[in-house]
Amino acid sequence: MTAQPLPEHPDFLWRNPEPRSSYDVVIVGAGGHGLATAYYLAKNHGITDVAVLEKGWLAGGNMARNTTIIRSNYLWDESAAIYEHALKLWEGLPEELDYDFLFSQRGVLNLAHTLQDVRESVRRVGANRLGGVDAQWLEPDEVAEVCPILNVSPRTRYPVLGATFQPRAGIAKHDHVAWALARRADEMGVDLIQGCEVTGFLKDGDRVVGVETSRGRIRAGRVGLAAAGHSSVLAELAGFRLPVQSHPLQALVSELHEPVHPTVVMSNHVHVYVSQAHKGELVLGAGVDSYNGYGQRGSFHVIEQQMAAAVELFPVFARAHVLRTWGGIVDVTPDASPIIGTTPVENLFVNCGWGTGGFKATPAAGWTFAHTVATGEPHPLNAPFALERFATGALIDEHGAAAVAH
Amino acid sequence: MLLITCPWCGPRDEAEYHYGGQAHVPYPERPADLDDEQWAAYVFYRDNPKGPFAERWMHGTGCRRWFNVLRDTVSYEVLASYRLDEPRPELPQAGGNR
Repeated sequence: MTAQPLPEHPDFLWRNPEPRSSYDVVIVGAGGHGLATAYYLAKNHGITDVAVLEKGWLAGGNMARNTTIIRSNYLWDESAAIYEHALKLWEGLPEELDYDFLFSQRGVLNLAHTLQDVRESVRRVGANRLGGVDAQWLEPDEVAEVCPILNVSPRTRYPVLGATFQPRAGIAKHDHVAWALARRADEMGVDLIQGCEVTGFLKDGDRVVGVETSRGRIRAGRVGLAAAGHSSVLAELAGFRLPVQSHPLQALVSELHEPVHPTVVMSNHVHVYVSQAHKGELVLGAGVDSYNGYGQRGSFHVIEQQMAAAVELFPVFARAHVLRTWGGIVDVTPDASPIIGTTPVENLFVNCGWGTGGFKATPAAGWTFAHTVATGEPHPLNAPFALERFATGALIDEHGAAAVAH
Repeated sequence: MLLITCPWCGPRDEAEYHYGGQAHVPYPERPADLDDEQWAAYVFYRDNPKGPFAERWMHGTGCRRWFNVLRDTVSYEVLASYRLDEPRPELPQAGGNR
């Protein structure tokens, strides 16, 4: 295993057109999900009269701020199905997009440190295998074989009692994923418009007919929101509410090191997740800051706690240094599952509430949201993730079930 | 780290507190009359403003009492803290173009 240089990329991967006055479909937000939605609108549904509006720069929000972990080992069938669809798409996308974005299926270990963790983990492995998701339960000595630098000694404060292992999980170079999707969407005729903030919605009764933006009025047959942490701000402008709360989610990287960490390790209980990027940085993340926030930063004690957890698990990291920390804004739902579907406003659709798990879902979010926007009806994979579930009670409760603390 | 003033104990580090989400959410006056949509609104829907936000905090490692804080969710500036029996303070710029 050696550190890989990043591939060269061309100077220009997409045009920067002026917004036209009208489109069949306007997608709000040019992050991973917005770009994937535009890509699949064009590729799967032949809808190319599409604009993706971005208030900042392309893929500069959570797409630039995540820890790039890709996995599908969720507990509930609905979740496992959509994340597994994403994982299968990830496996084909580098070739399909003709762009090596360093998708590396190095596996993910989800550690168990308590008897309760062990029971939940074994249950989740069983559920995953029944659902066609690769999953194994590993005893501590087997965990050490997969990740030799992990401390599995019984003498630690929270000993590793075992782990679930999904070999097909992994990481990818997040920026390149966005650029790969953007290039293909652009080639198929989608207008990617940066520096264009949506400031209001044009409505005809209960029907959306366009958006007001910082670059003028744009009429649209259909509008799809893919704005992550700012979804509730947009929903309020459009005249409806979303059951999401925006929180800061922080991550950090160390300086570059020789490749020492062969997989992805996540621990709910001591609460950290760690991988090593291709260039050599250790990439660490943990849970959200407790308070609501739109500031793209959080409190330092959250960083301190995740570093303490990382050093507990990986004594070899004790002399690594924090190079950078940053925060994104994640929109968290009451059941820690996303909302993808219709809204109370006709022809306005929403993809939000991915919380801390949005990056891994990028292709499936795009696939199902494109289907929803194109047909007006949810795809079978996102039908359970409708906004209506909060009134019907058919929640998909991944809090504590999804192998990560949110 | 936020510096939050407990109305009883004074200014302390954020790490001493526990967050409780939106403040001033009253229990429905006539719960038996609520339909599913109204229950969903009470149970699952909370404001998520970009700007001043009245929220509950609990001083976990201090007096262990709940109180309210008015805080800007963009700058994270703590604008006011007040007891549960006090109304949300009016700030000159609260709700404005902060």
